[in-house]
Amino acid sequence: MSYRLGVDVGGTFTDVLVVEDASGKTWRGKVPSTPDDPSRAVINGARKVCEEVGVNPEDVNYFFHGTTVATNAVLEGKGARVGLVVTQGYRQILQIARSFVPGGLAGWIVWPKPEPMAALECTIEAPERIGAGGSIVRELDEATLRQRLEALKTEGIEALTVCLINSYVNDVHERRVAEICADIFPDIPVTISADILPEMQEYERTLTTVANSAVRPVVARYVQHLRESLVEWGMNGQLNLLRSDGGLMSAEKSREAPVSLLMSGPAGGVAGALWVARNAGIDNLLTLDMGGTSTDVALIENGEPRLRRETSVGDLTVRASSLDIRTVGAGGGSIAHVPELTKALRVGPESAGALPGPAAYGRGGKLPTVTDANVVLGYLPESLLGGDMELDRKGAWLAVKSVADALDISVEKAAEGIIDIVNEHMFGALRLVSVQQGYDPRDFALMAFGGAGPLHANALGLLMGSWPVVIPPSPGVLCAYGDATTRLRAETQRSFNRTNDQTSDEEIAALLDEIGSEVTADLIAEDIAQSEITLRYEIDVRYRGQAFEVPLAIEAEAFRKGTGLARLIQSFDTEHKRLFTFNLDVPRELVNVRVTALGPSGELKPGVIPSGNGDPSGAKLRDHKVYMGGEEKAAAIYARDRLRAGDHIVGPAVIIEMDSTTLLHDGCVADIDDHGNILIVQA
Amino acid sequence: MTARIVETNPTPFNPCEVDPITLDIVENALKNARNEMDATVYRTAMSPGIREQGDSFPLIADRKGRMVVGQFGSFIQGFLNGFEGDIEDGDVIWLSDPYSCEGAVSHNNDWLILLPIFRDGRLVAWASHFGHQTDVGGKVPGSLPTDGGSIFQEGIRIPPVKLYKKGEFQEEILNLVLHQVRMPEWCRSDLNALLAACRAAERRVHEMCARFGDDVFVAANEELLARNYRAMEQLIQTTVSEEKLSFTDYICDDGRGFGPYKIHCTMWREGNRVILDFDGTDPQSESSINFYMNENMFKMFFGIYMIMVFDPQILFNDGFYPLVDVRIPDGSLLKPKFPAALSCRTHALGRIFDILGGLLGQRQPQFLNAAGFSSSPHLMFSGYNPDGSWFQLFQIGFGGIPGRPFGDGPDGHSLWPGFTNVPNEFLERYYPMRIERYETEIDSGGAGKHRGGNGIIMTYRFLSEGTISIHDDRWFIHPWGVNGGTPGKRARKILERADGTRTVIGNKIDELKVHDGDQLHYITWGGGGWGDPLERDADLLALEYKRGLVSREGAKRYGVVLDDAGKVDEAATNALRADMRANREDIPVFDFGPPIEELRKNALEETGLAAPRPPHQQSL
Repeated sequence: MSYRLGVDVGGTFTDVLVVEDASGKTWRGKVPSTPDDPSRAVINGARKVCEEVGVNPEDVNYFFHGTTVATNAVLEGKGARVGLVVTQGYRQILQIARSFVPGGLAGWIVWPKPEPMAALECTIEAPERIGAGGSIVRELDEATLRQRLEALKTEGIEALTVCLINSYVNDVHERRVAEICADIFPDIPVTISADILPEMQEYERTLTTVANSAVRPVVARYVQHLRESLVEWGMNGQLNLLRSDGGLMSAEKSREAPVSLLMSGPAGGVAGALWVARNAGIDNLLTLDMGGTSTDVALIENGEPRLRRETSVGDLTVRASSLDIRTVGAGGGSIAHVPELTKALRVGPESAGALPGPAAYGRGGKLPTVTDANVVLGYLPESLLGGDMELDRKGAWLAVKSVADALDISVEKAAEGIIDIVNEHMFGALRLVSVQQGYDPRDFALMAFGGAGPLHANALGLLMGSWPVVIPPSPGVLCAYGDATTRLRAETQRSFNRTNDQTSDEEIAALLDEIGSEVTADLIAEDIAQSEITLRYEIDVRYRGQAFEVPLAIEAEAFRKGTGLARLIQSFDTEHKRLFTFNLDVPRELVNVRVTALGPSGELKPGVIPSGNGDPSGAKLRDHKVYMGGEEKAAAIYARDRLRAGDHIVGPAVIIEMDSTTLLHDGCVADIDDHGNILIVQA
Repeated sequence: MTARIVETNPTPFNPCEVDPITLDIVENALKNARNEMDATVYRTAMSPGIREQGDSFPLIADRKGRMVVGQFGSFIQGFLNGFEGDIEDGDVIWLSDPYSCEGAVSHNNDWLILLPIFRDGRLVAWASHFGHQTDVGGKVPGSLPTDGGSIFQEGIRIPPVKLYKKGEFQEEILNLVLHQVRMPEWCRSDLNALLAACRAAERRVHEMCARFGDDVFVAANEELLARNYRAMEQLIQTTVSEEKLSFTDYICDDGRGFGPYKIHCTMWREGNRVILDFDGTDPQSESSINFYMNENMFKMFFGIYMIMVFDPQILFNDGFYPLVDVRIPDGSLLKPKFPAALSCRTHALGRIFDILGGLLGQRQPQFLNAAGFSSSPHLMFSGYNPDGSWFQLFQIGFGGIPGRPFGDGPDGHSLWPGFTNVPNEFLERYYPMRIERYETEIDSGGAGKHRGGNGIIMTYRFLSEGTISIHDDRWFIHPWGVNGGTPGKRARKILERADGTRTVIGNKIDELKVHDGDQLHYITWGGGGWGDPLERDADLLALEYKRGLVSREGAKRYGVVLDDAGKVDEAATNALRADMRANREDIPVFDFGPPIEELRKNALEETGLAAPRPPHQQSL
């Protein structure tokens, strides 16, 4: 028997999923996360589940893992101290940071400027210059560079980055500088921008490469630690990490390009949703991953999640592909307040976090949160975590009362207001990934997961007109499914920057083949057979003069046949019109050419639950009351683990399970499918 | 004459009560719609000025034309008062002439699209967006002649015209206009982008009406405006005194050798209203530095500065306008008479913010920021590529953010929100130039407990023959410091010819010929300092020395002595600080630097440029 393991590290819990390759049978487990050294919980969890099930570590061939190690290093400012080598004249490139100040007019008055990711005292200049066309304008002065590098030795740097102007056209100086760096600092990793992001725009390229260096030692340590612990346990299979773009890469490779792990955590949820949706026969869906402090949303069209060419974590935005996941600071812990001046009801972005947490948790929190509003309205009726935590209903009521008094309305009304407003924030984020990209949300299902997602999903389905609303089984561990079911992925892109009248099908076909063999080699190096590799091609196109590109999928074959360019232009015009309502009669610029290689997908059959007769009464726990639409309504509470396939529930109702609670609205009905998904539609 | 709005459906909107939650939700939805307008323009515009530098401004107004979401406040009422004709469903108005919209846009380069949003035969809202065009024709590339004598030299003036008439595109008007400009492709695309943004707003307004009901949407707009009125009324009552407070600042020169021009504003409260009176401001200039300031726009600036600290989540709107009375003397620099030239109004526009800061902070100096809102320094570079094609660049520069109560002013950043630089690799790829140096000017930020941000030094090497124009200010009058902070350094421009000769050139010049290999060192102002420099952490200065932001000599302004290794010499520092403390007078709230007469006397020596002559010596 062979097995694979999916492990997802969350803020509170680490989820483990064991899959038997032949049968697709799964086992799940949950252990508390260990933030000081996340690998401990990973190993403990894996061991615990495997021992329970009787799986030998030698039989585990693959270990799939979504990690927030890189993300946390950035958010907590615990990345490595990075040295940076730039072109003469550009030392302050990260200090100036494109001069950008966020916020509205006068926003500068209260803006806290983040410190550059590579400290200015650790940044030195290389006397050299490459021209925009790639020619060498000034030779590299190696002697001076060596002196400056020597002087850098007192700064205690842990990683080095080289990013020179116009290196995306000609990287000869970057490579030579890297050699000299390695010579002077033999013990620290050196990253050059041409390897990480060979694209125009010096600031973004520098920042991305520096971010890569900053997380590199942290990720390398983590991976090494994890690998050692696995070997000690007896597992020698392949260790793969989930990338921000939803693909996998080997842990060894991730040590060189950890910048592509920054959104590894949220990507797991989307990958998991994708797997559930595929099994439920849903091609188009929106995902809603709502936790305690924030909510992530994404759009999946025709079974493919949308990608974007950047990754944002906190203040940092780097140019690395990630699933197009938008985050709003709205979660169960978001605090409601009424500013004296405007008497408006505001919810978030401040959050009560895990401590003191919502008032209902009885851990000392007194401020009203979204969770408290849910408690007041009867949407969160029972204790949490299967009885491990009782809710302080009185505390929740008192907390919400403070908002009700400020607005001079009833406590229930205030609680509904808090829910409506937090839903509106999530609605805004869902619109960003749908309506604002030219998609009609009514063509999409909505899948909710994370601890709080299923409580709010039905309301968002009503706002968006997105049906059915899908609540997958165990919405709290969906990420681990994602980790175990996605594919190995390698991606490379080149700046092209030529207009359609300056290039030919032939030239593009040659470039596609060249990049294609590069990424194929990457996967072959990961022990994937050539026959199992799928290549995907994309070109970013814009009208000459624009700065924003539209990424378009293309067939390499069409360019070999000589029809690719014409088709590319046509599909660009169509897409531009769909997005922005107009076309222009100017040359189109082909900005970037990108090839992605995908390994075979991890087949995993979904579990099947026993069928019932449509009557959910066997799962009913008791009658209940909820406050909904301005009045109290009779409802019922159901236990999810007792529901059978085919069961039909009429709202309002509350469906509880170990790590999540689903709210079914008045006027809506829920059906349970063969895999245990709750599918909500309007009655 | 006023515009006639043609509504085919005479049913009045039902006034209805909007509960506070729905109100907040409408507010949110409006905010999202405005963000979408920004995103649309950013993604589709072509000129770097609009696209990367964010020089464009969206607005959604209620059916009466009052801004409910946006940035600069609404001008629609003023436009309607002056527009002769019908406004019908399907119309799209296009304009650029400041004199035809009470200064809603303040030079011909700003093209404005105004879209009335009709629903079932009734006007429910307006959407508008304006953005700076790289070129609108006229006597110089860029259409911003510093020596322009009248608005007729500043490119094509578009009075309010219908780009779409009842849904029908008026192509000939567009063709006529595009025929007058040097960059028709960019203008066409940018105009499309502005319109696409308004169309996005239109769709969102329809969705909101469908979701909440037309009556609720209209009533909610009304209530959002009223909520703002109430909030502002309270704020004015508690923060603005009945006693008159005044503040003065200057525009250094007019590009024709006269200056500085005084802008003077007095503020006081009468009952629940605040009066802002610009009496005492210098008469209009014969050149193009005049700023035809829309009074509503100034009310908006005032409101935003007031509210920044109190409820930053508030959606700012026009609701409080009746509480503010703005008085600007006719024929002054801020309300010039037609056909005064207006193109280079950016200096006065920027300076207005320093004046607001200085006015509002006087009663509570702890909330006072130093000065630094110079302007938007411009560089224009145009000519013919070796292949014979025309190139033209318009670029906005940045400088030092002032020292703030909040902390140091960031180095080399933008005081305008959301603006970014044009990436240098982009410039080098698409223009015959190389950016040899891109860093901040050491010691240019004013000293203070919170240091003023350094200005930027950008060295352009031109790789082909062409002409350049420069627009900058704060080269003669210092960006002032506050609460003990000292003024920031002034702006400077140096032309270094290919043969090595260096010349200081003016900060407002047109069409200077440059050749292959010439270099321009474009140096911007530093922000003023905030608070007593002697209280700044000495170790921080040692670090900033190492970072190349402050020199050893510059550290002495803080009373800090650094040794040869760059470490703090504690004994020497203590002695120097004690000495400086003993020998100074009481710390004034404002440090404007030397008086104007002294600046004039030392101008040539200190700046390399002759002092401007007083404006009243112009031959009016």
